[in-house]
Amino acid sequence: MHDIAQAASNFINLDTVNIIYLFLVGFVGGLVSGFIGSGGAFVLTPAMMSMGVPGLVAVASNMCHKFPKALIGAIKRAKYGQVDVKLGIVLGISAEAGVLYGAHIQEGIKKSFGESGSNLYVSSAFVVILAIVGTFVLLDAWKTKKSGNTNAEEKVTKLARWVQSINIPGTMVYFKSLNAKVSVLFTIPLGFATGMLAATIAVGGFVGVPSMIYVLGAPSLMASATELVIAFVMGLGGSFKYAMSGLVDIRLAMVILAGSLFGIQLGAIGTTYVKPYMIKVVMGVIMVIVLFSRGLMVPVYMSQLGLIQEISESSAKLIKGVSFGIMIFALALGAFIVLKAMWQGRREQRLAAQEAFEHVKG
Amino acid sequence: MSGSNVKKKPIGKMLFMGVISVALYAALLMKQDFLNEVFGKGGVYAFLPIITAFVFSIVHGSFTGDFWTVMGIEAAKKKKEVR
Repeated sequence: MHDIAQAASNFINLDTVNIIYLFLVGFVGGLVSGFIGSGGAFVLTPAMMSMGVPGLVAVASNMCHKFPKALIGAIKRAKYGQVDVKLGIVLGISAEAGVLYGAHIQEGIKKSFGESGSNLYVSSAFVVILAIVGTFVLLDAWKTKKSGNTNAEEKVTKLARWVQSINIPGTMVYFKSLNAKVSVLFTIPLGFATGMLAATIAVGGFVGVPSMIYVLGAPSLMASATELVIAFVMGLGGSFKYAMSGLVDIRLAMVILAGSLFGIQLGAIGTTYVKPYMIKVVMGVIMVIVLFSRGLMVPVYMSQLGLIQEISESSAKLIKGVSFGIMIFALALGAFIVLKAMWQGRREQRLAAQEAFEHVKG
Repeated sequence: MSGSNVKKKPIGKMLFMGVISVALYAALLMKQDFLNEVFGKGGVYAFLPIITAFVFSIVHGSFTGDFWTVMGIEAAKKKKEVR
């Protein structure tokens, strides 16, 4: 009985403003996830926390909206032939292990260094990983755009060619997205890293998608679609784990889902109109902007831990607000690029159809 | 095919799923206290939020999918790519 009372007190009062807010953030997050395979969570969790939802309930409820969303997105994109289910499941299972290990590390850090230590660890992981991977993805997209070869089929990287060339008997699996056999000894660590990142910064796809593209050699569209399968597997296991402790606020999860299912359908449709490098553009842009948002918070946590000079409470509050604002901006800009690219793609298609019609008529 | 451009829009299906979806959300928001209590119990009750999430995703997912189709926003018709 005591547990129930405690769990119930974890659940906030949900008013109309909160519902609309969550619906809208869910929609934008869904739009971006439908397009790049993940994203949205980095805004949703802090957004819920800003409403007074305890951290763990926010993480749990976010996860419980993520797996059904990813399921619908994956089904939609499978219709377009973009999903490699086998790769998604193989990576998803190892990602699940990564989630559990990542959560374990988190708990350990929280126990030893407290809340600020845990926050510092999360923000530092954000900054380091997004700086490396985000810059790389963005530069690659920039190079493709500059080369003017945006229509050409994506080249498989040297690293991926090497990975595909290694033959370890008994571990080789054929993946249709790669059109090659790859040893699971390569996929397991990649899945594990994706899961660890998901447990740490809530967006595993920031490692999952680039690793499928650059390490395994999957085309961008297939990598981002397959990430939805990974997110589904990971989210389902994670949600169940949190639900066992009574931490999922189903109302929050379903209200976010209401918006995000509108978004994910639209984002998935969007992928059929754009050139593949646009996936990298959207992903890279979001990653680099989020990096700044999290980077801003590092000194705040460092001061709380006494590692640097103390930052006054009002300044810390201001920095936190700016950091959250930048994150919302990152997601909104991502959504804007998706919608704009889709709009252009639709226009081009209409013009081409008109031209073809006139050509036949003439 | 001459009929490919006049594909019927799934208005009936969209409305049907839309009504069920609204009903599900109305129930969710009207029974908040009950849901918080039961779903927050943990343990074997963990199946409840998972099943709920699946049901909502199937109904609302079908509705939102048809919604965009009815709005005229559909996937690009691409020529088969040679891979």
